[in-house]
Amino acid sequence: MATDTQLDLWEVFIQSKSGLPYIHSGSVHASDVKMAMQNARDIYTRRGEGTSIWVVPAKHISASNPDDNDMLFDPSNDKIYRHPTFYVMPEGAKNI
Amino acid sequence: MHNEHSDTHFQSRIDNGEHIEAKDYMPEGYRKHLIRQMSQHAHSEVIGMQPEGNWITRAPSLRAKQILLAKIQDEGGHGLYLYSAVETLGVSRAELIEQLQTGKAKYSSIFNYPALNWADIGAIGWLVDGAAIVNQVSLQRTSYGPYSRAMVRICKEESFHQRQGYEIMTTMMRGTKDQQAMAQDAMNRWWWPSLMMFGPHDSDSPRSGDAVKWKIKRETNDELRQKFIDKTIPQAELIGLTIPDKNFKLDEKTGHYTLSPINWEEFHRVVSGHGPCNKQRLDHHIKYHQEGAWVREAAEAYKLKTAKKELVTA
Repeated sequence: MATDTQLDLWEVFIQSKSGLPYIHSGSVHASDVKMAMQNARDIYTRRGEGTSIWVVPAKHISASNPDDNDMLFDPSNDKIYRHPTFYVMPEGAKNI
Repeated sequence: MHNEHSDTHFQSRIDNGEHIEAKDYMPEGYRKHLIRQMSQHAHSEVIGMQPEGNWITRAPSLRAKQILLAKIQDEGGHGLYLYSAVETLGVSRAELIEQLQTGKAKYSSIFNYPALNWADIGAIGWLVDGAAIVNQVSLQRTSYGPYSRAMVRICKEESFHQRQGYEIMTTMMRGTKDQQAMAQDAMNRWWWPSLMMFGPHDSDSPRSGDAVKWKIKRETNDELRQKFIDKTIPQAELIGLTIPDKNFKLDEKTGHYTLSPINWEEFHRVVSGHGPCNKQRLDHHIKYHQEGAWVREAAEAYKLKTAKKELVTA
């Protein structure tokens, strides 16, 4: 007897325009790459949203824990000198 | 695998202004050109940490030291974006590092000049990063998607680098006679090598043809160099620095500055390994790569250990 499952979960990334980054759109269920690709096309690009699709098995994605955010991102909070606006340019300086 | 039909189709995609992604078909020549150019770019970011690293412990204030640390950290980050982007073309990090260390791959010849004093840190940020920005802004529109996206990210971050350099130069030019002389001396030493960063003239640049046809390069060496010259000379004059070239002048008709000829003999000498610091830069890279081997070994051992644990608990 065949096992009736809902198949595997895949995450879908769509590139909206040639050259731009691939952005997470959502997920699909599929048994293999081919089905995941077809399902992603049918579910997420019905209105010409994409020029390219990436599908990745969801189990291969690791995520940071939002509860750790304070600790995780703290080192970048007090370094305002990483921003160009920190520097004083002489009056009349152009293209810099 | 050479496929004429695919190559024609590829070129029509490029001509349409489309970008190429890692899994798309691309001619071998395109892949090779990208690997060469992008790895050279990555190596330049990493080797470029050395001349500035020399000044972390000698920065004149805590503020200057924090900024310099942040800038050098960015350069390391930029190297990582670029190495990762090259790896999408099917070459490994280990191969890339070997090519650098054996001299098969080059890095920007500007980093073979020494940073002799604090004014050099100003000149590097303002001129060297300034020249790099002109090149990188243009490369944001390069035809290879991962390279283009790395450039967008890098350009956003570089702008602080150039401003911190110009701020140093401005401060010194408002300082004592000695400080002004130091700033001018740094300008004199870094001006010409910065102009050489854009590479040989278009007429002497053998690979430019393909790179332009494939839209890897959107503007030629000479076009980019002129942009840099035109925006940098007014910045120099504004803070009282003199251009170390008796013949430079603004062509009123074209709105562009013209300069004396560049000393290409010096450029070729430095590129081929005979600049002031070529040996020092590579030796340093090799030494720390070797001394860091135990960290990579430890990480591999840890990977094996955790894989075994997962087998047991699974």
